[in-house]
Amino acid sequence: MNPQTMTEKIFSAHAGRPVLAGEFIMASLDWVMAHDTTCAWALEPFAQITDRVWDPDRIVVPFDHAYPAPNTKVASLQASIRAWAELQGIKVRTDGVCHQILAENFIRPGDLVLGADSHTPTGGALGALTIGVGSTDIAISMATGSCWFQVPQTVRVEIEGTLNPGVYPKDVILSVIGRLGSGGARYQTVEFGGEWVRNASISDRLTLTNMTAEIGAKAGIVEPDEQTRAYLEDHGRPFAGDLSSIWSDTGCSYRTIERFDAGAIVPVVALPHQVDNVAPVAVVAERGLALDQIFIGSCTNCRIEDLEIVDRIWQGQTLSPSVRVIITPASRQVWEEALRRGYLARFSELGAMITQSGCGACLGRHGGVLADGEVCLSTSNRNFQGRMGSPTSQIYLASPATAAASAISGRLTDPRSFS
Amino acid sequence: MNWIFGDKINTDLITPGRYNMITDPHELAKIAFVEAKPEFAREVRQGDFIIAGDNFGSGSSRETAAVALKYSGVQAVIAKSFARIFYRNALNVGLLLVTADTSLIKAEDDIEIDQTRSVVINHTRGQEIPADIPHLMQVVHAKGGILQYLRDEGMGDLKGALQRLISQEGSHV
Repeated sequence: MNPQTMTEKIFSAHAGRPVLAGEFIMASLDWVMAHDTTCAWALEPFAQITDRVWDPDRIVVPFDHAYPAPNTKVASLQASIRAWAELQGIKVRTDGVCHQILAENFIRPGDLVLGADSHTPTGGALGALTIGVGSTDIAISMATGSCWFQVPQTVRVEIEGTLNPGVYPKDVILSVIGRLGSGGARYQTVEFGGEWVRNASISDRLTLTNMTAEIGAKAGIVEPDEQTRAYLEDHGRPFAGDLSSIWSDTGCSYRTIERFDAGAIVPVVALPHQVDNVAPVAVVAERGLALDQIFIGSCTNCRIEDLEIVDRIWQGQTLSPSVRVIITPASRQVWEEALRRGYLARFSELGAMITQSGCGACLGRHGGVLADGEVCLSTSNRNFQGRMGSPTSQIYLASPATAAASAISGRLTDPRSFS
Repeated sequence: MNWIFGDKINTDLITPGRYNMITDPHELAKIAFVEAKPEFAREVRQGDFIIAGDNFGSGSSRETAAVALKYSGVQAVIAKSFARIFYRNALNVGLLLVTADTSLIKAEDDIEIDQTRSVVINHTRGQEIPADIPHLMQVVHAKGGILQYLRDEGMGDLKGALQRLISQEGSHV
């Protein structure tokens, strides 16, 4: 058998035969996910196919994109999903952003997961193949427990060395996107490796894989290791399998290998209106950038480790009265841990607005919609025109550290001055 | 008429996220490019083409983007390259996507797609542009979308029908 990438190995296991990049296959699925927006659009195609899902225990339906419902139209769509889910024996979840929920509760190394959301690659941080599709594909998959794929090639991204103080995983992935461009890994898997990745926490890895969507990737993946095993144990699903068997073989075929020196990465920001429009924070801050809103949230960057960074930077500080600061923890689990640690009380005392967990302001439907001409610094993953509200608003993407530092000054600020 | 767009036309530009609660395809067509090119929905005619650069349809997995364009009446989107999920969504809803070098196509050009020869014919300039239209795309588009294809193949064996479809080869998806 030819040496295989992780992607080829996982697809082989789910196709029931050895496969290589380029092949068209039918593959069985471990989990299928659709949220409150994409599930609504899947109901009609599903009804045209069948009246029963293949396995209700393997289908995850989180309400996160606009929950609690911000208007009657959304409320009625959610009601229709609830009714359908109840009929199918599927439990609707309301405990956070779909990708965080999948990571905390479902995904295991070697799994093949299909999600009706473009940031589904997030779950690849656990050594699984997690792929985003649209609502018709999800309807077919909910009916059959399978999907067709073209096995993608793999781009290997190796990050060696260690990050300097004030530089974080969001800066790493934005730097990768800045170099590769928004279509740089189109139709491919991005496989992360190297010394820095091996030492990175699962939270850090989730930030990397989450944003592979922004380079057009089909999936993002990290070799599962003992950190992965510990994370799964901590989240109530011990994994006893051989993790190294999932790793890419020596001599496997990568489309390309991109190398980064962690020590050379600086705090960066993605400028409007493209995620690959990346510049050093120091350069942009020097020009002066006043902010109207700071959003610390999303499936990219609002886990407990992110809130810990924010709490550390805000110790003994006051927040600028000129900026609205909104904090939306990625899941109820994160929310409750932040409550236990006292973060939420301290953030609230400083004047930050803390919302329930979910997608929140990220996609401009509730929880912090931007007005005409407003400027927002966000820890999320997209800064497209009109993404968070008015088409004349502007979105800058950065790390939680940059967001926290900027909340103190009310302007874009280099976080290294606080590290 | 050809509607000319540049590179990196994302799904938030095609159907902005705040219209996510619209499920009626005819209503979706009315908000296609509502901010990026407001005249599009008002003036687009059946059989028009969208001409674009690299990475058309990047961003969200929302099928609304492909549905809105299909129901706007455009005959096809011709672009230098397409984002993966958008390509798959377009295939599923029966929107024809053609990958070709679009740099020389102008708004007023009279163009035609020859699927059998995989070329875009520019009658105005007397050019034939090589195009990539996978067999998979042609088969499903001819049926009007994946659900119609599956209905015709027989819903009793969905996996078998899909297996037969992908065995016909293709690319991109």
